[in-house]
This record gives sequence, structure tokens and C-alpha cells, in this order.
Amino acid sequence: MLSEKDRIFTNLFGEQPSNLKACLKRGDWDKTKDLLKRGKKKIIDEITKSQLRGRGGAGFLTGKKWSFVPKREGNKPHYLVINADESEPGTCKDREILRNEPHKLIEGALIAAFAIEAEVAYVYIRGEFVAEADKLEVAVKEAYDAGLLGKNAAGSGWKLDLYVHRGAGAYICGEESALLESIEGRKGMPRLKPPYPAYVGLFGAPTVVNNVETIAVVPSIMRRGASWFAKIGRAMNTGPKLFSISGHVNAPCNVEERMGIPLRELIEKHAGGVRGGWSNLAAVIPGGGSVPLIPGHLCEDAPMDFDGLEALGTSLGSAAVIVIDKSADIVEAITRLSHFYMHESCGQCTPCREGTGWMWRILKHIQKGDAKKEDIELLFDISQNIKSHTICALGDAAALPVQGLIKHFRGQMEKKLQPKDVVFKTQTPFVKEDAL
Amino acid sequence: MTTKSPAASKPFKFDDQNLETIQRLLKQYPEDRAQSALLPTLWLAQRQNDGWLSESALREVADVLHVPFVRVFEVATFYTMFRLKPVGKYFIQICRTTSCWLRGSDDLTEACHSFLKVKPQEVTSDGRFSYEEVECLGACCNAPMVQINDAYYEDLTPKDLEGILDKLYNDKPVKVGSQKGRIASKPHQLDAYLKKD
Repeated sequence: MLSEKDRIFTNLFGEQPSNLKACLKRGDWDKTKDLLKRGKKKIIDEITKSQLRGRGGAGFLTGKKWSFVPKREGNKPHYLVINADESEPGTCKDREILRNEPHKLIEGALIAAFAIEAEVAYVYIRGEFVAEADKLEVAVKEAYDAGLLGKNAAGSGWKLDLYVHRGAGAYICGEESALLESIEGRKGMPRLKPPYPAYVGLFGAPTVVNNVETIAVVPSIMRRGASWFAKIGRAMNTGPKLFSISGHVNAPCNVEERMGIPLRELIEKHAGGVRGGWSNLAAVIPGGGSVPLIPGHLCEDAPMDFDGLEALGTSLGSAAVIVIDKSADIVEAITRLSHFYMHESCGQCTPCREGTGWMWRILKHIQKGDAKKEDIELLFDISQNIKSHTICALGDAAALPVQGLIKHFRGQMEKKLQPKDVVFKTQTPFVKEDAL
Repeated sequence: MTTKSPAASKPFKFDDQNLETIQRLLKQYPEDRAQSALLPTLWLAQRQNDGWLSESALREVADVLHVPFVRVFEVATFYTMFRLKPVGKYFIQICRTTSCWLRGSDDLTEACHSFLKVKPQEVTSDGRFSYEEVECLGACCNAPMVQINDAYYEDLTPKDLEGILDKLYNDKPVKVGSQKGRIASKPHQLDAYLKKD
């Protein structure tokens, strides 16, 4: 268990006020000026040494991302963009930071912006989070009034303007280049990469896009040192991390825990255990809607970090644990996700625009009991043709949960087929394991 | 593919306060990038126009920002939160994605249906209520939940939702957030664990 002294988000649940005075008392903005005095290079080095990996889902090394930003040329601006478009099914951690720990985010933004030489930062917050956006706006205003933002921010000599930009209900805008398109006032359609945002990003200028949690932990790393952060968890999977546990548990919750905590311990310690006991567990989606599920028997010791879950054929994603017990119709659970991706596909790439709909329709047929055995193979074939054939990762995100379902719960799908095609107890996938 | 087009309505003009806000918004973006203020401006228009955007409102937004109408139109049809048809004064969005479904979001839709006696996306005859199922609203640890206008109502049972609808029907104040009295999405035994530590 993560000890009290190692917790970063001490007011995650808003038990104390989120205003500047209360945040100062909790240690935010403490000698930020001195942190910045260390200089740009030392800040990036420290973050690199802490092995902080992006908390949004892809798990890219934050220090490395910052180091890609070229040196500033003349008047050409750099931008910092904070991704608060939290829409991954199962994920609700950033919301708590935005409404209860806004000054950790704003202070982190100043440090990050200084490190990448950005004078303007945008927080792109999902449109549904109206109350959260309002709270953040209040905190931003407090920071301006206290001289922590604006010219000579926090007495550092650096200028930073921070603006809150609200989205309008599009999951795809959580993809970094779609997010930049959206800030530019266009449809949120991802851009082809390269060029990467670090070179050509917002308004054509070098830009870093980071998740809310990533930015909000930066001040703590700078204050306590990279070695403190790197000591928690294991190499390349370091630090405390926010986990969202939802679905069939007795007490769903967000919790800050050490990276790499075993899945069972996480669920039983904080979320009150699986509904009906551990033996009632059917499957867990360990990293938000975009990752393949893992069946119950693999969950016992599954380490909740990037590399640990990778080894189990899934991934940590945004660390949103969706628990599904045996009473639930697991095919329906994935059908719902499939509908989500169909709805959220931006329509730019044909495999995703068409394929997500096809997958959902086939799953719906299976649900209704009028599908044939070949349809499962067709479903897998379509998912295989979406995966890696699109500009952004939404195609993969739509395909992977379906592939996970076929891989682990093919038997349950076959039980729902048209009667003449029912083949019980066939658990073998029709393709070799390694192709999945 | 669905085709969307805005419903007709009376002419729309921004009020003075919103025009002022738009001028302030424009300062947040580089000078030659007025289109960046499109999303915030559409929000202002939608709020002034009772929660939805008519064609007249879209044209007004295009005029104010000096952006071609088609750019405004394509953005307004792309984002699901921009409504192109009238919605009820109380607009209920029920989260239907996996985390909420696992905890009974279907029952909430049923509760809305039986209370309001209209289908999803229809507005009640008095124009006060409409509801629909939407994709993940990002409050999964407080599932199931609904959003009514700007506020989240979490940890719901169908009975809670009926109670909320009943209060709104009588224009009485309603408690937002968790209906079970939880503190945000706090783990139930966190304090005990921390004390032991």
C-alpha cells in the first residue's frame, strides 16, 4: 500500500477546499521560483530520471517528450497543451484533479511550460465537465491575481498565460492531434504523423500535449526528487498512480496507489472486493475501454503497471479497472464498448468509420441469437483489418476489446449462435494465439 | 451515416454581454486565428438559444467570427454536445457505456421513459423535459449516473432518478453529485488504511 507520506494528491476527493489558500497550506506553489531557477535542462533531466510515463494511456516517457521540442527560434511561439478531455470508458481520475487539486495542475503547467519554453498553455477540458471547468477557471483567476501566472509568473521571470478551452463531446479529441485541430476550431480529426506535435503542433508551432495527471505530478517530482518517484514501483514503471475502479465491485472508487500493485490487492483493499466474492469474477478490463479484457484466472497477481499488463496481452492504458462478474453478459459488455467506438469514430479513415459499425452490428446479431459460427470469424477478420490501418489509435482501440472477447470468451459467444451452429466447449481461437 | 441539419427557428442575435465575452475570448488565441474561438462561441450561442443551435444561430456565429458558414456548420454537426434540434428545459443525458451499464443504466433509461412518457430525444409536450442515452460521461466510479443540463447526478437508483425528476417537475431544488452521500469517488476504507499505516 502506498504510504500516506508518498501520496501526491492529498485532497483528491475535495474534503478540504480547493482554493489557493488551502492549496498553499497543502504545499502547492512552495518556492516554485527556486524550482524554475534550476533551468530548463535540469528540469527535463529530473523528469527523465524519474521515469515518469504519460498518464493518459500511451505511457510515453514525459521527459523524452519534452526533450524533443526544438530550441526556440526568434519570436516563434511554443505551446503547452494539457489534455483534460477525459472520455476513456472507465476513467474518471482527471476529473477529481481538476475540481479538487487545480493548483497542482497549474503549478505543473508553469514548470512544464518553462521547460519547453512555452509562454501560452491551453487546458482542453471535455465539454461535459462544466462544474470542473468552472472550478479550474476560478483557480486560474486566483493564480493570476496572486502573480503565479501572467508576466513574471511566481517571480520566476517567465511569462505564462493559461487558458481553459472547453470541448463539446467528442472522445476523439483526446487524441493529441485531434485535440489540436479542435483548439484551432475545426472538426476533431487526427492529423497524419509525422510531423509530430513537438515540431509542428498547435498553430503550426512546436507543442507538447500532456495528460492532466502527468502535469499535476510534475511539481511533486521536482520538489521531492526523481529518486523518490523512481523508488515507488519498479524500473520504467515508477511512481504513485491514480486508479479508477468501476463496475461490479462493492465500492467503486478512485485511489492513488503505487504502480505495480497486484490487481487483486487493488480491488479488495480499496474497492471492497468483487461483488459476490473473488470467485465470482469473470473478467477485468484493466486499462479503460480501449484495452483487451483479461479473464478472471489471470487477474490474481496481475501487476498493475505498463510492462506487467503488456506481458498479459493487455495494457495499463489510463489505469481504469472495469470489473465484470459472472452474472453479467460479457458479450453485451463488449457490445456496449463497440457501440461507443462506432459512435466516436471521427469518420476520417474508412476501416474505422465503416468497420466499427460492422463490428457492432455483428455483435448485436450474436446478442440476438441470429448469427452463425462464421460470423465470429468474420468479426475477427474485420477487427484485424481495422487494427493498425488507421491514422490514429481509435481503430486499434475499437478492435482490441473485440479481439480480447474472441480470444478469451469465444465459448460464451458460441452459446449465443443460431441453434444449429452451437458448438460448445470450443475455446480454441480459429487463428493461432500469437496472431492475437 | 446520419445526416444532421439544424431545425428552423426565429432569428438569432448575440446579446451585448455575449458579444463582449466573444471579444475577450478572441484574445486567448493568436490574432489571425479567430476560428479557434469557434467552440467557445458556439457554447455561448447554444446557451443563449435555450440549449440548442438553430441555423440562424450558426450564421450569427459565422458572422461574428468572420468564418465561412460551412466551417461553423461542419463543426456544429461534428460535436455531439452541440444540439441542432430543440431540447427540454431539463435535458437528461443517461450514460450507457460499459461501466454504467454494468451497474444498471438501463433501469435509469426505463425510469425516464416511464416518468416522462416520451421516447428518447423527444421533448415532452410542455417543452420542459427530454432525455437520451449518451456515451461515457466520465464519472465511472460513481456509476450509474446522469447529467441534467450542466450537473452530474451520481450513484443513482431508478428510484433516486424518479425523485430527482419529480423535484425538477415541480421546480424544486435538487442535490447534485452523489445521491448516496459519498464524498466524490473516495474509497470507503481509505482513512482507516491511512491511519493504520
